[in-house]
Amino acid sequence: MAGKVIVITSGKGGVGKTTTTANIGTALALMDKRVCLIDADIGLRNLDVVMGLENRIVYDIVDVVEGNCRLEQALIRDKRNSSLFLLPAAQTRDKTAVTPYQMQELTESLKEEMDYVLVDSPAGIEQGFKNAISGAERAIIVTTPEVSAIRDADRIIGLLETEGLKNPEVIINRIRQNMVDKGDMMGIDDMIEILAINLLGVVPEDENIVISTNRGEPIVLKADKSRAGLAFQNIARRIDGEELPLMSLERDTLINKLKRIVGLS
Amino acid sequence: MSKLGFKTEAAEPSKNIAKERLQFILIQDRIKLSPGEMDLLKKELLDVLAKYINVDEKNIRMDIDRHDGMMALVANFPIKRSG
Repeated sequence: MAGKVIVITSGKGGVGKTTTTANIGTALALMDKRVCLIDADIGLRNLDVVMGLENRIVYDIVDVVEGNCRLEQALIRDKRNSSLFLLPAAQTRDKTAVTPYQMQELTESLKEEMDYVLVDSPAGIEQGFKNAISGAERAIIVTTPEVSAIRDADRIIGLLETEGLKNPEVIINRIRQNMVDKGDMMGIDDMIEILAINLLGVVPEDENIVISTNRGEPIVLKADKSRAGLAFQNIARRIDGEELPLMSLERDTLINKLKRIVGLS
Repeated sequence: MSKLGFKTEAAEPSKNIAKERLQFILIQDRIKLSPGEMDLLKKELLDVLAKYINVDEKNIRMDIDRHDGMMALVANFPIKRSG
């Protein structure tokens, strides 16, 4: 089995990379895929907390690359899905503890066992980012509809292309449709026009995200009860190759326009 | 015309301001030109074009487009209708 390695990145911090990684990973596992999440944010480990797996960590990614344990020993199996695994970051080390080459080796051996390997990248464009992308063949950029986040996303797109990761895709997170309607938030069409990039999905702002993070249960587990959960579920299905229209956050004409851009029609 | 100008100014939604600012910031980021250099480039292009055509100076637009890893500077110089 040769799975796909996908890096989830953003440039700016706080736009929802970790939440996105946890939810896409969980959604793919719910689709009976074998999935491994790698927390590449060494020193600022968080994916374990969002997944509710913080009490199960014994070894971490640095232990693996330094040979303190085998890869399988460091993998934590998810509580809810037996086909979902987490390779946690080290909390007491820094971004130089893993090299791009080691990350490449790690993802190479993981994708033998998995359908998907999702790498949660740290914010920024320094060494941690370079490590996170080094084993990936596909990149997803998370942004919010704000000037600062979009600016950083654009910078990341440029850097990814320089590193040979062509055609990255974007997830627009935390859209507030009522503000878009009032003309006080950039909408999907505005952002696509500015970034000129493929849109993988749109996630509405949803208070349930806060609740699910409090509980350590990714929101896709309750996709039937939350719009953000449904959005993440749809994104996972698109990643797996399904052609799926965007959720109806926006008007018909817009949807059609986007479908064309995303290549759905 | 002045009536129209006033109306759009008063009702400018904040997302349009965000979009305009972003477009400008991204041009600078993508081609690494300072705002001063950008103005100069625009002015020099305008000087050349104005020799031959009647350019509508107020509505000039410059943008960076990116497709398949290639970037292009797209400058839009609208032509004034004579008469």
